[in-house]
Amino acid sequence: MENQPETLGLLAEYETAEELLAAAERVRDGGYKKWDTHTPFPVHGIDDAMGIKPTILPWIVLMAAAAGTVTALGLQWFTNAYDYPFKVSGKPLFAWVPAFPVTFELTVLFAGITTLLGMLALNRLPRLHNPLFDVPRFDRATQDRFFLSLDATDPLYNESSAKALLAGSGAQAIDEVPDLGADHKLPTWMWQTAVVIVFLTFVPLGLIVKARFNITDQPAIHILTDMDYQASYRYGEQVPLFADGRAMRPQVDGTVARGALMEDDALHLGLDDQGLPLATLPMEVTPELMARGQERFDIFCTPCHGELGLGDGMVARRAAANRGKAGMDGGWVPPTNITESVIAGQADGELYNVIKNGIRTMPAYGDQIPAADRWAIVLYMRALQRAATSTMADVPADQRGALNQ
Amino acid sequence: MSSQYDIQVVQAEEDPTFRPDLVMGGATYKSIDDDVAGVAEGFLEKPSLVWYAMFGVSVSVLGMLGAVVAYLLYTGVGIWGNQSPVFWGWPIVNFVFWVGIAHAGTLISAILFLLKQDWRTGINRFAEAMTIFAVCCAGLFPAIHVGRVWFVYFLFPIPNQMELWPQFRSPLLWDVFAVSTYATVSLLFWYMGLIPDLATFRDRSRTKLRKFLYGAFSMGWTGSSRHWHRYEKAYLILAGLATPLVLSVHTVVSFDFAVSQLPGWHTTIFPPYFVAGAIFSGFAMVLTLIIPVRSIFKLEHIVTLRHIDVMTKIILATGSMVGYAYALEFFIAWYSGNPYEQFAFTNRAFGPYAWAYWIMVSCNVISPQLFWFKKIRHNIAAIWVITIFVNIGMWFERFVITITSLSRDFLPGSWGYFSPTLFDALTLLGSFGLFFTLFLLFIRFLPIIAMAEVKMILHKQNTTKEHQGGHH
Repeated sequence: MENQPETLGLLAEYETAEELLAAAERVRDGGYKKWDTHTPFPVHGIDDAMGIKPTILPWIVLMAAAAGTVTALGLQWFTNAYDYPFKVSGKPLFAWVPAFPVTFELTVLFAGITTLLGMLALNRLPRLHNPLFDVPRFDRATQDRFFLSLDATDPLYNESSAKALLAGSGAQAIDEVPDLGADHKLPTWMWQTAVVIVFLTFVPLGLIVKARFNITDQPAIHILTDMDYQASYRYGEQVPLFADGRAMRPQVDGTVARGALMEDDALHLGLDDQGLPLATLPMEVTPELMARGQERFDIFCTPCHGELGLGDGMVARRAAANRGKAGMDGGWVPPTNITESVIAGQADGELYNVIKNGIRTMPAYGDQIPAADRWAIVLYMRALQRAATSTMADVPADQRGALNQ
Repeated sequence: MSSQYDIQVVQAEEDPTFRPDLVMGGATYKSIDDDVAGVAEGFLEKPSLVWYAMFGVSVSVLGMLGAVVAYLLYTGVGIWGNQSPVFWGWPIVNFVFWVGIAHAGTLISAILFLLKQDWRTGINRFAEAMTIFAVCCAGLFPAIHVGRVWFVYFLFPIPNQMELWPQFRSPLLWDVFAVSTYATVSLLFWYMGLIPDLATFRDRSRTKLRKFLYGAFSMGWTGSSRHWHRYEKAYLILAGLATPLVLSVHTVVSFDFAVSQLPGWHTTIFPPYFVAGAIFSGFAMVLTLIIPVRSIFKLEHIVTLRHIDVMTKIILATGSMVGYAYALEFFIAWYSGNPYEQFAFTNRAFGPYAWAYWIMVSCNVISPQLFWFKKIRHNIAAIWVITIFVNIGMWFERFVITITSLSRDFLPGSWGYFSPTLFDALTLLGSFGLFFTLFLLFIRFLPIIAMAEVKMILHKQNTTKEHQGGHH
């Protein structure tokens, strides 16, 4: 620009906050728009004296807080109830109360980060250089003196009248702010180094992304292998510690472990007097037993068999989705649909035996589910099988209206 | 300076509405800068031998921590005493201890700010720094306690190679979010408070390097009133956000215990009891640190006896709350009629860990009661000793809670007695090395007192006196 001013503005120094307040009121009343005051601490009353309007920062923070709330709820619902709905201890997949702590924390986190960044952005900071720093006196603005700066780009600005205004306002000293912009370029090597460093930070990220989207048949890299090769004796191994050399210690003669006295063949093995699978439960069928069976089924069986026993639990669905992908075809046998007639036609004792001892790739659950609960699950499986083949005619007449809704 | 304080104390006794000055010794804006910035700048002219000696010791201990952690990663958590039935052991005790200490800083910056307690300005920077360094120490323990640290990213909801997500219904995961949010927001709060003071450091710098570095971190702050306006609003918002956050963090930490079903842990009193204990230990640590610092660096007129007096009263109040919680735990154990709960508490006070329980009670309940006496509240040496007792007592509180409940739960067949190893002790000691290294670097390079805020208080103090017509 041809008629660029030699100075960028004027800077007046005051000794006390009260003098600055009085001067600010005069400059405000003079109609200036592009001016500011600089103080070592926030001076109360200066907002009015300068006519500063309330900042919009609180509204920005409010929106960020709302975004944090939505993100947290969405994250918890998506991960635990939608993308991988995996039942844990029969608890609901998503509920407000356990979701509350993380929601609160993310709301505060989003709002907190936005408060600082929003404050800086509204203040046009960070700023590497400010022409005011070229006035030596200005160093004291952050220490013990009070300053008023008038910008030369203000439409009312006229150097002599502005100087007169400031001189009349009790300023101790008035300086012209010189235009030394060209002297304040960041050294070339500095910004070049910064660019290189920023670029390099993307390298590890890129490597992770590459590893994430490539499938290899090499074993995973284990830096420390002590979890893979543990110094412990295994079942059936010979050890020098005992006279008989067995690692697996036999039970002391004549002892029975707690809960291991299983005298009732019907309850514990599901067999009748002739050693054949029981046709019916060895206990009374009650609504409580059915409810217990549903609860235990939801905890132990739904991950594979699904809530209706159709063989479509989360594990099965994920396995089916991954079928055919490289490295994902390791002999997976889909879980059975327990409502099929082959299963429905088996005796109660046979179903009981499968829960206790497992079948094909299904592991044995005898160690995790006590005998009475296994029978409760068998009872609930019968209910599921009945439900799978039922029609509206099976529903009591007074309940049909509720189902149709 | 204490004589000037004594005169004001006498005046306060005659007139209950009178409050002793928060800034003493005829301070001016310039003298505050000279005194506070002088701490860091003084190192350029006359290196402090005390500082170098302390820094040397701290860095050595930090190096030892590095070696212990390297050995831990190579060998596994078996180097510690964590063993069935006590799998949590000292690492979790230390974690809760450090997180508790971290509560004072943000409490002073946020809650006391909202309550307009002007005395906070003398100590808030210091306490905030302590908060951040204590969170660093706290965060270390769960991270290394997981054993295979390179899988620690499983804690975060990052899409991983197993296509699994973390379990959001677990308090341990809430803890990850609570502690990391607290660390982040505390850091933001601390940094925002530092910006104007870093600008003061920049403008006082004489070398080009210092000017550049302080200039970069102060982000071009000019003390503009338009900037101050948004800055103060942002500070108020952060204080409002941090207030419930402080209370939430130790609440969530207490859920790690309370949501489980172990006797002695499964109680509803845990959240408020943990928060009171955290504030108690945090204020004790602030006093333990600031008493020597104000004396070494001659800051007695900014961190006055009045500041210390107020903090001892907070310790007295929170210490009494903690004592009340101890008593109430026994009452509820009896009142519940639950035999396991009753056993857990009888076992705490009279079982194999009775020694730890009574150390805890002596340090946390009995020792702060001495602060009822004005003579003790004005005796710097006595205060310092009591705060160290409180620090020890609060470590033992977490030890008692974690270890006694785990070592004797429902089945006598699975009981055990926890014995720490040498490495347990070295890891705890090492965390102090980390804490003090960071702390000494803070004293060396950053403004340890919020200069801009103290100047504001000084301005307020001076204008109030002018209005009173100088009759004092």
